[in-house]
Amino acid sequence: MNIHEYQAKEIFARHGLPVPPGEVATTVGEAVALAGKFGLPVMVKSQVLTGGRGKAGGVKFCKTIDDVKENASNILGMDIKGHIVRRVLVTPALDIASEFYIGMLIDRTSQRVLLMCSAEGGMEIEQVAKDKPEAILKLAIDPRYGLLDHEALELGLKMCPGEVKKARQMANAMQKLYTVFLAADASLAEINPFIFTPDGVGHAIDGKVSFDDNAMYRHADYEALRDLEAEDPAERQAREANLSFVKLEGNVGCLVNGAGLAMATMDLVKYYGGQPANFLDIGGSSNPEKVVNALRIILQDKAVKVILFNIFGGITRCDDVANGIIKATEMMTIDVPIVVRLTGTNEAEGRALLSKTKLHPAETMDEAVQKAIALAG
Amino acid sequence: MAIFVDKDTRVVVQGITGRDGGFHTSEMMAYGTKVVAGCTPGRGGQKFENKVPVFDTVREAVLNEGANTSVIFVPPAGAAGAIMEAADAGCKLVVCITEGVPTVDMVRVMPYLKERGVRLVGPNCPGLLAPGIAKLGILPASIVKEGPVGLVSRSGTLTYEVVFQLTAAGLGQTTCLGIGGDPIIGTNFLDAIEAFNADPATEAFVMIGEIGGDAEEKAAAYIKAHVKKPVVSFIAGQTAPPGKRMGHAGAIVSGGTGTAAEKKRALNDAGIPVAERPMDIVPALKSIWKR
Repeated sequence: MNIHEYQAKEIFARHGLPVPPGEVATTVGEAVALAGKFGLPVMVKSQVLTGGRGKAGGVKFCKTIDDVKENASNILGMDIKGHIVRRVLVTPALDIASEFYIGMLIDRTSQRVLLMCSAEGGMEIEQVAKDKPEAILKLAIDPRYGLLDHEALELGLKMCPGEVKKARQMANAMQKLYTVFLAADASLAEINPFIFTPDGVGHAIDGKVSFDDNAMYRHADYEALRDLEAEDPAERQAREANLSFVKLEGNVGCLVNGAGLAMATMDLVKYYGGQPANFLDIGGSSNPEKVVNALRIILQDKAVKVILFNIFGGITRCDDVANGIIKATEMMTIDVPIVVRLTGTNEAEGRALLSKTKLHPAETMDEAVQKAIALAG
Repeated sequence: MAIFVDKDTRVVVQGITGRDGGFHTSEMMAYGTKVVAGCTPGRGGQKFENKVPVFDTVREAVLNEGANTSVIFVPPAGAAGAIMEAADAGCKLVVCITEGVPTVDMVRVMPYLKERGVRLVGPNCPGLLAPGIAKLGILPASIVKEGPVGLVSRSGTLTYEVVFQLTAAGLGQTTCLGIGGDPIIGTNFLDAIEAFNADPATEAFVMIGEIGGDAEEKAAAYIKAHVKKPVVSFIAGQTAPPGKRMGHAGAIVSGGTGTAAEKKRALNDAGIPVAERPMDIVPALKSIWKR
């Protein structure tokens, strides 16, 4: 789960990171009032869950109240990579003498939290990694000891050679960011940029935090941070129904048990010249209610012309699944054809049940996918 | 022969009294796996199916019943703790089926296991099944067959699909291993491939990868340098959009890396055929495997 810059900065501030003051506005009038409160000049920053806000014109420096009015009215409602700006963050504009990147993520290779820092602040780290990988310093933090003082200071000194005062502030920011990472159950935490003003004081002027979806259960307060307007409505319903779902652009609605098989099914639809409408893992259950929820979510998409079930019955028995599908389809009116592929435990019994219905049975994945594409027209 | 398990594998099931734990314990026992104990704190003294003793701690299961392997079905909040308990009690192999374990918990678990020389399979995996030897986890016994092929995969049902096709084609397996779909897992492709390469019974093997991370690329480099046995691969998620988690926590294309195309290229460069469709895996294996 991703959160906005202003929310990330609130978490940073709670853990003692030096974050400049700031508040969000949803109207031009509120933005002007906040500029008055903080004093000019200010930055007006779009709050959307995507990168490249600056390039899109969604982050503006404002010297006068007229600038604030003009920029806030331009930015509010702006479409940045498909995300509509509904809020702007108004925050004092600071003089930047130097800027840096400090970030942390889960590194699969070292199986640790990886600290990365770079003097190429303000740029997207993926771009720096591509163009100038040697500019990124990395340290895989040992979870047994945490980020030790000397480790952080050494990195700080590499970022700010010969400037111990600045290096100490950076080291401190790194250690606090690690505290944030663990406390928040983050999958990513970034300060970008961490800047020094001409007086030598450090500030975290932009930030990003993503939460580990697996850890949501121990952070009841995170639900309130979720931007429901930024979420695709179908994906939101799926999340609320505990289904793993991703919306795509095609016309073949897919219901599959298991994430790997669901991906392979989408790939196979594409292989045969069709377009999958979604990724959906209905899990190992044959519960009709779950199937009904999944069908409702997929069928809201009017582009969907056919439904494709691909079920490999391992532990789940195919006759149970067939009964679940039949019950679900009886509980709602569906005006698109449904192809069902059942293989595995009790597949003959499962297919026998389906043969008494209007559903189109299939024996293999390939047969099912080809049938579905043909029916989609 | 098989990898990671043998006839001396003695299993304690953590979470044996839960619905899933109980069901799958029965299945494991029906397959002939030596389930010697169960563990659920507060249920010590009970017996599972009137024969398997249940203990409050894994240590008691190890001391009293000689358990050397744990299979874990406890909920996500307790899973990391359960893995560490099994390791500390002396289990040398721990298979964690649980899905949804917080990633920072796994970061803490890994050095703990390394210090004790314990192999973890999973979390968020179907476990492993060595036909004719033992079933540790939830892989369906009905689809496997004894034979010379090794199989390692990040997926669950996609693994079953491929095992089913292997078996239907008369190609039995030494071990079917699901390593799990999370970003931090105990046993990765490299570990599995080293083991299959060293296992005299495994004559050829199949690797089923998916988007996210670079484990497939690393495996490709290792195979190119060290493996002479025939290997065929499949990668799921070519049509996955970037930045979206495709069910598995680890299945995500981020910052332009971890794509199916990159993985296929790395595998092809290493001389490993990558099947376009799941049904092409068996023919691809047969075409390069001169038995």
